[in-house]
Amino acid sequence: MNQVNEQKIPKAPSKWKHYFTFILILLLLWGSAYQTDSTFKELIEGFPNMFSVLDQMIPPNWAYFDNIIGAMLDTIRMAVLGTTIGAVIAIPFAIFSASNMIKSTWVYYPVRFLLNLVRTIPELLLAAIFVAIFGLGPLPGIFALGIFSTGIIAKLTYEAIEGIDKGPLESMTAVGANKIQWIMFSVVPQVAAYYVSYVLYSFEINVRAAAILGLVGAGGIGEYYDRTLGFLEYDKVSTIIIFTLLVVLIIDYISTKLRENLL
Amino acid sequence: MIEFKNVSKVYPNGTQGLKNINVKIEKGEFVVIVGLSGAGKSTFLRSINRLHEITSGEIAIDGKSITKAKGKDLRIARRDIGMIFQNFNLVKRSTVIRNVLSGRVGYHSTLRTVLGLFPKEDVNLALNALDRVNIVEKAYTRSDQLSGGQQQRVSIARALAQEAKIILADEPVASLDPLTTKQVMDDLQKINQDLGITTVVNLHFIDIARQYATRIIGLQAGEVVFDGPVEEATDERFSEIYGRPLETREDEEVEVGESAHESSK
Repeated sequence: MNQVNEQKIPKAPSKWKHYFTFILILLLLWGSAYQTDSTFKELIEGFPNMFSVLDQMIPPNWAYFDNIIGAMLDTIRMAVLGTTIGAVIAIPFAIFSASNMIKSTWVYYPVRFLLNLVRTIPELLLAAIFVAIFGLGPLPGIFALGIFSTGIIAKLTYEAIEGIDKGPLESMTAVGANKIQWIMFSVVPQVAAYYVSYVLYSFEINVRAAAILGLVGAGGIGEYYDRTLGFLEYDKVSTIIIFTLLVVLIIDYISTKLRENLL
Repeated sequence: MIEFKNVSKVYPNGTQGLKNINVKIEKGEFVVIVGLSGAGKSTFLRSINRLHEITSGEIAIDGKSITKAKGKDLRIARRDIGMIFQNFNLVKRSTVIRNVLSGRVGYHSTLRTVLGLFPKEDVNLALNALDRVNIVEKAYTRSDQLSGGQQQRVSIARALAQEAKIILADEPVASLDPLTTKQVMDDLQKINQDLGITTVVNLHFIDIARQYATRIIGLQAGEVVFDGPVEEATDERFSEIYGRPLETREDEEVEVGESAHESSK
């Protein structure tokens, strides 16, 4: 009775797939390290340098604060403007990407494709392109952030729109609302809180992004990184880092609290 | 007056939703549509205001074809038809009064409604409508704080604020308990009698249908298999037609799953 009929036992799945995956990953790692000339030897040899830089960073040059406050405020202003531009442009994009707003796949697939394309371009690259077009200063940085946040806000918002309760859509159709009234009365109340939350989230990202845009000449605190690093003034660099960290932390905190209360 | 002329509906997957329907509903009637799940009750009702499109035939309201109407004509035709849904279909994050006022959008310009600048008369109309269904004290409450029965009454108020000539109710009490069922059905009946609004209701339960209807239409597989006054809608007659008696409210527990299935279609 204990004997199980041999034919009934299914064959155990082959483990070869797992072994193969493991070998493939090892090969990839080794290949990457080999091609980029990175070795453990170099890592270990570089270690003392790390400490010497750290040593030069401490103590930070507190007097340098006065010089960078203006640039830091500029960074925040860039983020505010960039986020606002993005938030406005994102609205039509979000509506035209949502399959429950626009029935035609000929509309929402191309719009979504465009959004995906925008999100694949790093903001630093966007900024570099705009610097080439508009010249040095915060303006190209603001445009770069605007386009970058359009991608984020539109993507998250259209997903929120697709997730709304379709009951109110139906009832607004039934009362004879036109398309704009239909959106204002059944879609907007359902997604407004999400939208504001995504705008705040994008603002957090933009503050961080704006801090490095100066590296390509697009204004803000980043320019001072470039300058001080170039002159090996590590005590000033550490001041900038600490300042940036503080600002980012404070803004993240406020924004997170606001978003918690929204949803 | 609602007139169905040779109306048929075939779904893209080949299912026959409605089959050659010829029905005339006079002004002021309280018609209840009954039938088993999937008999086409919802399709019948929703084709009146074109939430569902029919494939052939014509539906006319007061002599004007709604099935041929386009754009603004269609919106004006819909404005005159209030609709009440099984799941209430209120915007839960909006206040009660805003939900009721949303029934007025067809009367004003886009800009005015988008800015929420409804005239004083409209606000009074909305408050009166809420008063009629005994819920005016909740006017400035967010809709998601109301119970199911209260939400359904708000949606009746929306149809009233719309100054609709016809009210369509698609399983209005299917998600309500017996007590609130009675309140909601009483409200519908009172509005029908006081204001003479033509009322067409889909119901699952034959006992409620008999209690409120002036006329009962029975559907089966998209066809009208019974059409007559309540007195003729006896258990024997329905057993004959459907091969079994239609459900009454007592069978509800068994029915819940089924009606949820129907609404998901």
